[in-house]
Amino acid sequence: MSSQTLHTGTEKHSGSTTGTPTTPKGYRKRRLSAAGTVGTYTALAVAAALTLGPVLWTLSTSLRTPSESFNLPPSFLPINPDFTAYQDVFKQINVGLLVLNSALVTGLIALGQMASATLAGYAFARLDFRGKKAIFSLVLATMMVPVQVTIVPVFMLIRGMGLSDTLLALILPAIPTAFGTFLMRQYFLGLPNDFAEAAALDGAGPWRIFRSVYVPLAVPGMAIVGILAFNFHWNEFFRPLILTISEQNFTLPLGLVTLQGNLGTGSISVVLAGVILSMLPALVVFIFGQRTLREGLTAGASK
Amino acid sequence: MTTTSTVPHHTVQPADARRSFVERWLAMIFLAPTVLGMALFTFLPIIGSLVLAFFRWDIISAPQFVGFANFASLAEDPTVRVSFLNTIVFVIVAVLLQLGIALGLASMLQARMPSWLRVFLRSTFFFPLVLSAASVSIFMRYMFNEQFGVVNWLLSLIGIPAVPWLTSPVASAAVVVLVYVWQNFGFSFLLFLGALTNIPKELHEAANLDGATGWKQFSNVTLPLISPTVLVASVMAIISALQVFDQPYVLTNGGPGDSTRTAVMVIFESAFQQLEFGEASAIGLILTVLILAVTALQFRLSRRFVFYQ
Repeated sequence: MSSQTLHTGTEKHSGSTTGTPTTPKGYRKRRLSAAGTVGTYTALAVAAALTLGPVLWTLSTSLRTPSESFNLPPSFLPINPDFTAYQDVFKQINVGLLVLNSALVTGLIALGQMASATLAGYAFARLDFRGKKAIFSLVLATMMVPVQVTIVPVFMLIRGMGLSDTLLALILPAIPTAFGTFLMRQYFLGLPNDFAEAAALDGAGPWRIFRSVYVPLAVPGMAIVGILAFNFHWNEFFRPLILTISEQNFTLPLGLVTLQGNLGTGSISVVLAGVILSMLPALVVFIFGQRTLREGLTAGASK
Repeated sequence: MTTTSTVPHHTVQPADARRSFVERWLAMIFLAPTVLGMALFTFLPIIGSLVLAFFRWDIISAPQFVGFANFASLAEDPTVRVSFLNTIVFVIVAVLLQLGIALGLASMLQARMPSWLRVFLRSTFFFPLVLSAASVSIFMRYMFNEQFGVVNWLLSLIGIPAVPWLTSPVASAAVVVLVYVWQNFGFSFLLFLGALTNIPKELHEAANLDGATGWKQFSNVTLPLISPTVLVASVMAIISALQVFDQPYVLTNGGPGDSTRTAVMVIFESAFQQLEFGEASAIGLILTVLILAVTALQFRLSRRFVFYQ
């Protein structure tokens, strides 16, 4: 029920036993020979192992002492997990500051995108004004422009604004969001009109209708915008590499790459401990917001 | 920009003039953060790029008009040329691999299996998408280490001698492709999974009755039905592969030589290391044109080859 307009069909797999054809009986019958079945399961198992293997190797290596980190064959389960790498990563670089920077940048971008996209999406979906189509096309057109093309002028603009080497340099340009606006417009278009009519009869003005009727209904859509923004900007590397200069303004991915460069192959468990730490928030989003994230990621492809 | 000023101040709505007046103002206020932000951080920079592409400028001295010289560097400068060639080869190989793996796995997930297993596999294939490309490249760089890496150790088990993954031109290009595909196939996979799940199962039953099974059913029934998704997934994969940067930057820094240098790496290097802001803008514009061309091609192709129900 979260977002009927963004329904992509993939949720059918989510294991609910209510009606949708997930039950083995209703599921598509494909006559596979025994060999075909074995082949399918083997291929899926190999693919799953290749996908999870590198992450498990990273985790297990981060839990070993630096001298053991290149042990071959790699043991996936360290018998005596060693957490010194996790302490060292705080000593070698200021991981606490990197986390704080990343959290500030990502959090403010996500909030900013949720607010601006909700406002703009609502205007495009439910308010009347001239030039709506043209402005909406212009907004959508910005999705086609890769960030690498605008980065040089943006860099100069940021310099001109006196924001060089600040976290605001990362935050401000990332707040206007074409995709988020598109998602919120779709979301508001999917909500029934009756509420607005009823509220208008009660004498509510356009602002009251927006604030008290539609914003509460649009929270699931806003969650999609927020989670997408979080996932993208938490992991972002290119813009921080260009727009920040001093290490005190680095975000996590940039700080970790710098750490790897400084350490060489000396103490890889320290670097990997940092990598694992940086994955934790993404993991939380993955566990608790996977469906929202999936809906958001695939929304651009389905109309 | 001009976009906000096109919002009218006086149109007569039949219903309630005061109400529509308020609504128009509200719309302008609601649009302001997005539209003004885009004007400042997207449209103005696009114009800036277009102008800058015809100048030579190192930020310090005065910009100097050079006509099309910056564009000519694409033909003359071997590094720029090689990087574009690398990017195109990368796009072709990575996108084909990504789509092939994604479609294969999504189809296999349609087989009969307990639903917990299906959910587990779907989550697994999707998981790399939530990681940062930079972090992934960090641990992959250790795994592909020639002497100590776990990849060469695994290969040694089946008798393959150590591959110089990050120091040979071909192998390092392969590593960039593999690491990129490892992280991104999940996106195409999700698109295909959605499309395959939406196919009415009666169609497969009918095909079964007609004796079309296995590959025949896949190519004659399934593939035409999901062709719109195949097209969208291809275009999205191509556009994002054209912009590849994080993986080659962290894994190989473009080396050895220029063998893994990509178009975006050249934009980065010419702007922020060589201070050739004009040349960087010119290369960026060429990349944009490539991306627009791919999108235009999508519309062409979708009219010709795609089967819409």
